[in-house]
Amino acid sequence: MARLFARPPWPPAIVWVPALAVAAAVLLPPVYLFVRAASDGSSAADALFRLRILEILGRTLVLVIAVSVGSVILAVPLAWLTVRTDLPFRKFWAVLTALPLVIPSYVGGFIVVLVLGPRGMLQGLLENLFGVDRLPDINGFAGAMLTLTLLSYPYVLLTVRAGLLRLDPALEESSRGLGHNAWSTFFRVILRQLRPAIAGGALLAALYTLSDFGAVSLLRYETFTSAIFVQYGSALDRTLGAAMSLVLVALALSLVAGEAFTRGGARYYTTGTGVSRPISEVKLGRWLWPSLAFCGIVVSAALLLPMSILGYWVYRGVAAGEPLLFQWNTVRNSLTVSGLAAGATVAVALPVAVMSVRYLGLFSTVLERVTYIGFALPGISIALGLVFFGVNYAPPIYQTTGMLIFAYVVLFLSPAVGAARTSLLQVSPRMEEAARGLGSTPLRVFTSVTLPLVLPGILSGAALVFLLTMKELPATLILSPIGFTTLATSIWAAASEAFFARAAAPALLLILASSVPLGFLMLRERR
Amino acid sequence: MPSFAVLGMLAISCLVAACGGSSGSNTLTIYSGRSESLVAPIIQQFGESSGANVLVKYADTPQLAATLLEEGERTPADVFFAQDPGGLGAVEHMLSQLPEDLLSLAPEWAKSPSGRWIGLSGRARTVVYNTENLTEADLPDDIFDFVDSKWRGRIGWAPTNASFQTMVSAMRGIWGDDKTRQWIEGIKDNEPKAYPKNTPIVAAAASGEIDVGFVNHYYLHRFLAEEGEGFQARNYHPRAGGPGSIIMVAGAGVLSSSDNEVLAQRFLKFLLSPPAQSYFARETFEYPLISGIPAQGGQVPISEFAHPDVPVAVLADLETTQALLRSTGILP
Repeated sequence: MARLFARPPWPPAIVWVPALAVAAAVLLPPVYLFVRAASDGSSAADALFRLRILEILGRTLVLVIAVSVGSVILAVPLAWLTVRTDLPFRKFWAVLTALPLVIPSYVGGFIVVLVLGPRGMLQGLLENLFGVDRLPDINGFAGAMLTLTLLSYPYVLLTVRAGLLRLDPALEESSRGLGHNAWSTFFRVILRQLRPAIAGGALLAALYTLSDFGAVSLLRYETFTSAIFVQYGSALDRTLGAAMSLVLVALALSLVAGEAFTRGGARYYTTGTGVSRPISEVKLGRWLWPSLAFCGIVVSAALLLPMSILGYWVYRGVAAGEPLLFQWNTVRNSLTVSGLAAGATVAVALPVAVMSVRYLGLFSTVLERVTYIGFALPGISIALGLVFFGVNYAPPIYQTTGMLIFAYVVLFLSPAVGAARTSLLQVSPRMEEAARGLGSTPLRVFTSVTLPLVLPGILSGAALVFLLTMKELPATLILSPIGFTTLATSIWAAASEAFFARAAAPALLLILASSVPLGFLMLRERR
Repeated sequence: MPSFAVLGMLAISCLVAACGGSSGSNTLTIYSGRSESLVAPIIQQFGESSGANVLVKYADTPQLAATLLEEGERTPADVFFAQDPGGLGAVEHMLSQLPEDLLSLAPEWAKSPSGRWIGLSGRARTVVYNTENLTEADLPDDIFDFVDSKWRGRIGWAPTNASFQTMVSAMRGIWGDDKTRQWIEGIKDNEPKAYPKNTPIVAAAASGEIDVGFVNHYYLHRFLAEEGEGFQARNYHPRAGGPGSIIMVAGAGVLSSSDNEVLAQRFLKFLLSPPAQSYFARETFEYPLISGIPAQGGQVPISEFAHPDVPVAVLADLETTQALLRSTGILP
């Protein structure tokens, strides 16, 4: 049987050539880090041993696991509610629940401290009502986990939504037909089918947590990335910064391997004949109000609260006569580079996803895994790597928009690959084989059969890359053309000097500007 | 897929073609580790008065220093405008010797001994305190005395911050390494809260999350400007002077790879001119480095509080300071 459907031994050039180019691109930063760390290898090694490295690794892993689990717990119900049920205003909720992704973590972290700090806004409220003088300290693990979970559950949400949209309802119907109720069907059938999507999303949340600096530094929880920032920051030690970044790469690759392990060798496509019909809606009935309350609470905490505080700062600034110059140029820059980054990233992600799903082998496995390196490294490590290669080997494009887009592709390739590959896993190769049997060329099969079927995944990947680029800061600062400003750099410029009113206006604009393309994507989704 | 890929590639190549780097002789490229919200207006003023086309890249000082080190001779930058001497020191070998008529504008303590960079504005270390729980009279004469156990759980600091580390360098210069170590360990025993930088310390002092914090002086003035006089924190310059109230500088240097050194030096000279110096006093609440410019906005003029003279070379020795901070477990 297996031999009958044996895969072609090597993919066509249109797949492997771009895939190889992608692999070369994503390996540039780690190669740079290796060169830098090796330039003074023995002192870097000494320093690594001197660091309480195991302790920091332990703290980092605990946070990473907690944030991933928390994100799955929030995101899976949200995804199911907004895709498969009769929840009112589903698309509206879908957009609102995805938007917290775009809030920069240094803004989110600052707001969490402001609201939940020992003497924060909540304490002020409780003091007036009940005379509470001081709240337990949110700083440290609890605060970092809360902030990062609220900022990174959308990774799981977007990948799981894409998975749900492609799920064949026949499986559920069989389960119901066999006498399982809705709950049992959800846990036994839907959740199992969604395993790759959940694991893929959780991996993104984990890697985001691994690379985050803003939230962990403001909430005072030391992680590996914050230790790296100390090296690149006041310590001005590029060698140790590079050596530590390499350790982070190793950690990230083991997380990626762990995800691949949970994914296993299972099949996630329909093997039977027939086509999947439009998905039937689950009636929420008496669960309607609790479901609405759940969506409402998540949206309030992760989106409305930060937006109200930002709005209040803008209002207070305007009332105090602060000039609010809306720089449309900056908004346009943000939208342009984010759109280009999203387009370029999903374009190069496709061959990688095709390789890793349809041409399974050592090369495609290694290829898929290395794409995650960019997402797990702090932006500064990637940026300096690209400075090194750009200035020495590609001076004409150094500090151009093209170089910046290239950096975004390296940084955000994995979310796009993950989303595309999850969708591709749900497409049966039998369909492609049938089309090929009817005389179509492989390329034509891909564009007319496979591509339409994986479109939801590609679009959700594009949405992720778009939102991530909108808020990207370290690489944008270093690699952009001189004088180029985005909303993220404007927020940073004002916030770093405690000009809250001036920081709040671009932060609100960032959220609003992101919601437009996100809303458009969600409205186009097939149901 | 091909249409996607082709579109993406096309877009990239168009952009590359359109935005290729250019550097005319009248173009000045600045890497600024000082924030755009603070220095953009004065840089723009230079552009207007000189007729030069001024391009600025803004990022954090250490990250720009690392970028410069990676770029080496090929850097497009003409000027490095840094937040602190540490950043300038890291790239000192890439900077060119400044002419005497420029160097003579700033006092001796505010420039590099090698003459490769010059201070442009001054900032003081202070103690920020919560005005609801404390008055100035409650605060010790010298920063050393915060090792007293009555300050347990009440202190905020930012050990990874460059200005904090510069203060520790000053402690080493004034007190010697042993007493400095005693101070670090004494503060550590008082379980201080470690913040990533100055701004959240000032906010935490005002909210009462901490009672005192070790910061630079000007952040308070920005909060006061935004939140009004009701903001519950103020600065205290330790009465006895000492390392707790040193004056540090933000400064700049000219890259030796620059093909535009004359324009670059004119820019530095402009920043030390009276209009630019009073801009710093008025808008960024920093101390002017030339005489005859009054302090502004409720700050205590430099001449009215005790502060020690510490040689720049001592302040710039970050390496030994960081080794000390690491050996006491303060830095990773």
